[in-house]
Amino acid sequence: MPTIVVEVMPKAELLDPQGKAVAGALRRLGKSEFSSVRIGKRFELTVDGPVDDTVLADVRDIAQTLLSNGVIEDVVAIRTEDDR
Amino acid sequence: MRIGVITFPGSLDDRDAARGIRIAGAEPVPLWHGDHDLQGVDALVLPGGFSYGDYLRCGAIAAHSPIMTEVIEAANSGMPVLGICNGFQMLTEAHLLPGGLIRNEAGAFVCRDQRLRVESTNTQWTSAFEEGEEIVIPLKNGEGGYIADTATIERLEGEGRVVFRYLGANPNGSINDIAGVANERGNVVGLMPHPEHAVEPGFGPDTAAAMRSGVDGLRFFQSVLQTVLA
Repeated sequence: MPTIVVEVMPKAELLDPQGKAVAGALRRLGKSEFSSVRIGKRFELTVDGPVDDTVLADVRDIAQTLLSNGVIEDVVAIRTEDDR
Repeated sequence: MRIGVITFPGSLDDRDAARGIRIAGAEPVPLWHGDHDLQGVDALVLPGGFSYGDYLRCGAIAAHSPIMTEVIEAANSGMPVLGICNGFQMLTEAHLLPGGLIRNEAGAFVCRDQRLRVESTNTQWTSAFEEGEEIVIPLKNGEGGYIADTATIERLEGEGRVVFRYLGANPNGSINDIAGVANERGNVVGLMPHPEHAVEPGFGPDTAAAMRSGVDGLRFFQSVLQTVLA
């Protein structure tokens, strides 16, 4: 069954405390080549049936209204992945 | 006067809110997230807790609950609605209040008695306070950092819709030390600290007078009694 992947990231201008904590851990591990880390979310929506324009329109709507909060996050990618 | 308290899966402070309402002299009415019925209440409290385990985003799934259809309708027609902590997060997720709440800047959960300044008494939930008054009520959250874009912050500040501000060290990185905000009409108020935990002597924050004697939270509920009955 096809899967639609939706990726959501905290807005670039906002502090990302999770990413900051991971960046701190990397520094402590001596991985000084990484200057910052940002953490987002990946949603995998399995579709019952073919992915047509209606389904994609639905996903774009869901991504904006439920999967992300436009005040603090951006939807950065929506793509269909082949059957696995 | 009847004030509804909505229980969502994962609400923790619904019964504390009901107790605060009762002590203030109103009748608390338990409401259920899965219903489409506000049971004719005069005001609403969305309590604190961890609805749906904070999955997705704090308050996000609860903001899409069946009862929220009626909550949004009631709020838009002027019914007083108070969101406390997780309830505040729900109100932002439901777009009844501007801005959003993100993980505390320092990454840690903060639990302490919090000093606040009452910045606006021009809301249905704060009319019993004095403008500029300092109060102390408990604060307990991991995701209480209030954020909004610059234009929204300027509008909130300009329109006197910042209702509470943290005093002392900022506990969570909130912009401009904002602890609570109101909608344009002043009937919808959300804040991260917990008034319902400071309503009865012996069980509130410490004060200079005596241990655990703080009851500053009571006036939230007394305010709404005044404004609704006025």
